Amino acid sequence: MAYSEKVLDHYNNPRNVGAFDKTDPNVGTGMVGAPECGDVMKLQVKVNPISGIIEDAKFKTFGCGSAIASSSLATEMLKGKTVDEALQIKNTELVNELALPPVKIHCSVLAEDAIKAAITDYKKKAVSAGVAQAV
Amino acid sequence: MKLPIYMDYHATTPVDPRVLDVMMPYLTDRFGNAASRNHSFGWEAEEAVEKARKQIASLIGATAKEIVFTSGATESNNLAIKGVAEMYAERGNHIITAATEHKATLDTCKRLEKNGYRISYLPVTASGLIDLDMLKESITDKTILISIMYANNEIGVIQPVAEIGRMAKERGVLFHTDAVQATGKVPVNVIQDNVDLLSISGHKLYGPKGVGALYVRRRNPRVQLTAQIDGGGHERGMRSGTLNVPAIAGLGEACELCQKEMPVESVRLGALRDRLKDKLTANLDEVYINGTMETRLPNNLNISFAYVEGESLLMGINDIAVSSGSACTSATLEPSYVLKALGAGDDIAHSSIRFGLGRFSTQEEVDYVADKVIDVVRKLRDLSPLYEMFKEGVDLSKVEWTAH
Repeated sequence: MAYSEKVLDHYNNPRNVGAFDKTDPNVGTGMVGAPECGDVMKLQVKVNPISGIIEDAKFKTFGCGSAIASSSLATEMLKGKTVDEALQIKNTELVNELALPPVKIHCSVLAEDAIKAAITDYKKKAVSAGVAQAV
Repeated sequence: MKLPIYMDYHATTPVDPRVLDVMMPYLTDRFGNAASRNHSFGWEAEEAVEKARKQIASLIGATAKEIVFTSGATESNNLAIKGVAEMYAERGNHIITAATEHKATLDTCKRLEKNGYRISYLPVTASGLIDLDMLKESITDKTILISIMYANNEIGVIQPVAEIGRMAKERGVLFHTDAVQATGKVPVNVIQDNVDLLSISGHKLYGPKGVGALYVRRRNPRVQLTAQIDGGGHERGMRSGTLNVPAIAGLGEACELCQKEMPVESVRLGALRDRLKDKLTANLDEVYINGTMETRLPNNLNISFAYVEGESLLMGINDIAVSSGSACTSATLEPSYVLKALGAGDDIAHSSIRFGLGRFSTQEEVDYVADKVIDVVRKLRDLSPLYEMFKEGVDLSKVEWTAH
């Protein structure tokens, strides 16, 4: 199977690889997938508690090239968005941007799930920390 | 050294130039039909076919008359299993095979199952080998055939063929073995191993594609088969159709070359394979070899790089041709059923790479491949949340994953 230029670019030069401290109240962590399914994505957002804007994002992914590219692209898209804007990101945007073939659409779905999981985790933390007003 | 490097010799092999030289005249001047009995064109074609029959028989300890030509090992397996099932239907309806067989055997057995036959699929242990006691217990007075492969195409493990053959003989059950990966690579002898039917493929031993053979025992016992292709009664009535003379001549030559070179070549390949294995295991942690190393083809290495997904690894080593048991590389999106049968878990299958060395592999290639794989595995592990968790001491088997 041939990969698109964009998938190859993200695979060869993945953006925003790494991890934030999970216990930081301003960090939301989402981990989706399962090793036995062949893909696990961990996506993290660092949110400015006052503005609600995602200042930074990081990922680590176990999965095929398209899964790596989807999560790499997702971190790029997240930066600068508010948490509510981030929730509006649809997997189809990733599919179009990366020119994913039908057999790889599930990779983009997983990335969308990872975004939602990370934001949900951040919101949960923010509520329990009493900074819900920023959300 | 030329790139890309081919290290997928279990999938197919190139035609050896010496084999091609033998084939060429039969593609050009000597184009006769081996069944033409009344002119020289037919005679020279027949001569080539009979020579090939002898060369193949010699490699496996058989006699020339016991070789039936087919279009390839898929057909050989179909003919052996369906042919026995139909011919011996009055004696019984039970066939024993193994979970790690090639699809050509498994799908054939599934077809027979639909037609009322009972099939036992023996599990394998973590070594990849069947349990002989379990085989013994599975044999009933309705069992007509045991079909167990000689060496596995993914993990290269060699089944205890001689013991299976002895057991089959004792119980009066026919024994078929798919020896596609083993023939020409390790010594195979149908007499010593009590094999009644044996499948061979041309393109796995440096012969052409589209040709194979089935050994059918003629004495002690005389095995009979119901033909699966009708039309002219070629090949002693077992397989009709005009013989593919150039390919058959090539298959014969390929077998002769394998027989001549095996003692030296198998040692050379074993050393190269071990060099690859040692380099990978010395430089990477969390590397698992799939299947036993004790009885294994000298040219096979199947290895899982934990916490790295197979397809992403292949993508990083795109100037090396190997294959993976990862679901993402298969047409069905299912991870390798062979690796799953070893009981190691789907994650190990997803992380597996099969290296198949062959006649044209060099030490320079092995070193290049080892370095490249080590480099890419390290890079992907830096990207892997699972490797990160492993390093933090998290027990991944206890994590609640959101399976999708």
